[in-house]
Amino acid sequence: MHTRYQPLLLRLLGNSRWIGYVLAISVLCILVPVLNLVVPDGNVLHVSNYIVSIGGKILCYAMVALAMDLIWGYTGILSLGHGLFFALGGYAFGMYLMRQVGLDGVSHSNLPDFMVFLDWKAYPWYWSGSEHFLLALLLVVLVPGTLALVFGWFAFRSRIKGVYFSIITQAMTYAFMLLFFRNETGFGGNNGFTDFKRILGIPIATPEMRMTLFVLSGLTLLAMLWMSRCIVESKFGRVLTAIRDAESRVMFSGYNPLHYKLAIWTLSAMMCGIAGALYVPQVGIINPSEMSTANSIEIAIWAAVGGRGTLIGPILGAAFVTGAKSWFTASFPEYWLYFLGLLFIIATLYLPQGMMGLGKKIKGKYA
Amino acid sequence: MQIAKIIITCCLALTGLLAGTAHALTVAERLALAAGDNDQRIAALARVVAVGDPGASPFLKSLLDDNVKLVGNKIFVVDAGAAINAATGDHVELPADAEDVVNNNRMRSELGAAIAALDLRSPDAAVRLQAALALRQADAADSTFALVVQAEKTEQDKKIQTILAEIRAGIELHSTDVVLRLKAARELAASTSAEMRQLLVGRLEPGGEADPEVRSAIATSLRALDQRLVYFEVAGTVFTGLSLGSVLLLAALGLAITYGLMGVINMAHGEMMMLGAYATYLVQNLFRQFAPAWFDAYILVAIPVAFILTAIIGMLLERTIIRHLYGRPLETLLATWGISLILMQLVRTLFGAQNVEVENPGWMSGGIELASNLVLPYNRITIILFSLAVLLLVWTLLNKTRLGLFVRAVTQNRSMAGCVGVNTARIDAWAFGLGSGIAGLAGVALAQIGNVGPDLGKTYIVDSFMVVVLGGVGQLAGTVYAALGLGVLSKFLEGYAGAVLAKIIVLVIIIIFIQKRPQGIFALKGRSVD
Repeated sequence: MHTRYQPLLLRLLGNSRWIGYVLAISVLCILVPVLNLVVPDGNVLHVSNYIVSIGGKILCYAMVALAMDLIWGYTGILSLGHGLFFALGGYAFGMYLMRQVGLDGVSHSNLPDFMVFLDWKAYPWYWSGSEHFLLALLLVVLVPGTLALVFGWFAFRSRIKGVYFSIITQAMTYAFMLLFFRNETGFGGNNGFTDFKRILGIPIATPEMRMTLFVLSGLTLLAMLWMSRCIVESKFGRVLTAIRDAESRVMFSGYNPLHYKLAIWTLSAMMCGIAGALYVPQVGIINPSEMSTANSIEIAIWAAVGGRGTLIGPILGAAFVTGAKSWFTASFPEYWLYFLGLLFIIATLYLPQGMMGLGKKIKGKYA
Repeated sequence: MQIAKIIITCCLALTGLLAGTAHALTVAERLALAAGDNDQRIAALARVVAVGDPGASPFLKSLLDDNVKLVGNKIFVVDAGAAINAATGDHVELPADAEDVVNNNRMRSELGAAIAALDLRSPDAAVRLQAALALRQADAADSTFALVVQAEKTEQDKKIQTILAEIRAGIELHSTDVVLRLKAARELAASTSAEMRQLLVGRLEPGGEADPEVRSAIATSLRALDQRLVYFEVAGTVFTGLSLGSVLLLAALGLAITYGLMGVINMAHGEMMMLGAYATYLVQNLFRQFAPAWFDAYILVAIPVAFILTAIIGMLLERTIIRHLYGRPLETLLATWGISLILMQLVRTLFGAQNVEVENPGWMSGGIELASNLVLPYNRITIILFSLAVLLLVWTLLNKTRLGLFVRAVTQNRSMAGCVGVNTARIDAWAFGLGSGIAGLAGVALAQIGNVGPDLGKTYIVDSFMVVVLGGVGQLAGTVYAALGLGVLSKFLEGYAGAVLAKIIVLVIIIIFIQKRPQGIFALKGRSVD
């Protein structure tokens, strides 16, 4: 409580641990580009493109994990729809990227190849405006945000909570996946968008562009971390925690949880959208399998493994699980699901506070 | 011209029938069928049909199968690689200069109709039925008219007779006699077949029927027929909807029990169904290997095996994992998801990632044909009955046994039930076992209608969650209404909007519905509400 009266910057960095986290991510953002671009291939310190691509993915996933932490860790609402918001952000930005392909597609048409195959003559109405970069950026947050706002308003208004809410969001994700699998929906069917050529006229497949996106992801993550910290430290954030712990009492105290939940839920969805938009140009593809129910549940386990309600924990969780997945699928693909399944069970049974809680426990033992 | 042809064929047929001699075709007749231009061959075919001798069938079939070859005036029938000289019946080497008898599409359809017409006199009712159906589908050839009329008179089987009457009326519809056409048009009002509809529509087109009275009779019949087809279509949609609903019911029943009792959404429920389906697969294989004679009965063994296997696995999971998570429903959801991943991968390791083959028992294949556009498959009917039986069993278990009493007590008020001496932990284990066992039963049913693979559970899990959300917990009735309602609703929507849009619409409807009744159709009232 005493921190409230300190200057803002000091308050947010008031804790030596936090300075450490911020520094670590910042150093990562500077070091990785240098080690990848400047240090020559073959040098011990050289960071390979493969590592960079995994790193870029992890940064995007970390944003999603952070968004999940705000809604689940701090507000107690388990969303199984975050994979959908992530994919929608990716699709929104993917539309811009498809426009940028121009005449360089297989069919050398003004339209994307999949529309040529469908024998469409013009872009459907919902593609209009997607060729403008700024508008695309706006869509990246507006599409998931609007969906979350409308869905959340209906769900929270009728006080759907707990497992019911999780299942309804799962069903929503599933329905959208089916919708995007259809060719006639106009988003490339099960192939989705791929073969991107450039952003803002600059070729996408260059090391410099890859690095730019990587650094941009790092900075965005930092900004989101900062914002999340501001939120959870504020009075708004405390009401959220109160809703998580005793919603009825919050209501009896004169607060309307609907507005609080709706605000954080929509914000969380927008964060996912931004993460998706940064993710798509880095991996070079977006398709409906990103919306599969399994993906959304995996997001929850990032937060659970890292430690809910700690902000930094879910970021570590996302890094750990994604790193493990890359390693397993390369070395022992058939054991990955066993590992992931066990992780789900162990994290829920033995690590209620996740890795962060484990760290604290170990520290407490030897302090 | 046409009526003359019919009269001639009638007379010929009668003489043939009166003679009643079952003689095979003469060489000359065969030559006329195989050689010459198509018009002559069709005329020859009409003569053969008019005689109505079933002995002609094999040669016609050979003709249709392109097994008849010609060398000058000699006819050879190729049979399993060997050639038979049709004149002498000797097995001979097929001469190198043998020419194929070429049948164009018109010739083929005439041949098909002729074979079917001859088959109408078969002593086997099943063959006669097939023949009648084939004749109805073929553009009924006038040459078969006499045989159809004759067969209709002597036919004992009501169903075949109806089809024959339709065919006859269909041919009469083209007759030159206005009275006959009018009678035929009126008769066809009772038809339910798509082929007859096609015929009626064809007659109404320009260049078809000229007589205004017959035209209006045809239009009336067409309306009646269409009406009936629509009825059958709706009935068919209701049936497939009920069938889907009964599958959803089987899938959701166990889920609703565990959710109602423990507040646990079991994400591994779908995998329990998958295990049940694989248990069916194993039992089927054992029967195939060790008791092929009893193969049709394997399902009776598969049912208890699947139930017990999945129930034991469910109880084990409850005792080792889920027990520790009570009061933390969201964590339980994640933990059971983890379990489902492990079970899926385990099955993939043991049985491979490919789908495995589960064969229906013989008595489950086929179906009841109520109309040309309404066939009720036996396996679907069996599953509807099976789900009703399971429902009855669960209802009895919950309402008439001591265990059921305890389960209901714990569902309503866990701590109070504990206070009066119910061992709630043991009830939880039993109930979880029961829920998983029912999932296993659902797996047996699913194995009969769909693919059995490691991903089987994931296909149904979202839908069965929706049933639980819609139906509410603590009451079987809610689950039943929700399952059947969702099944029928989605099948009707599928008819209008396609499968994907139907799913989305159903979801939107559910979300709107929950606005009105957040706790499902049959919410518990009073103190049991949290």
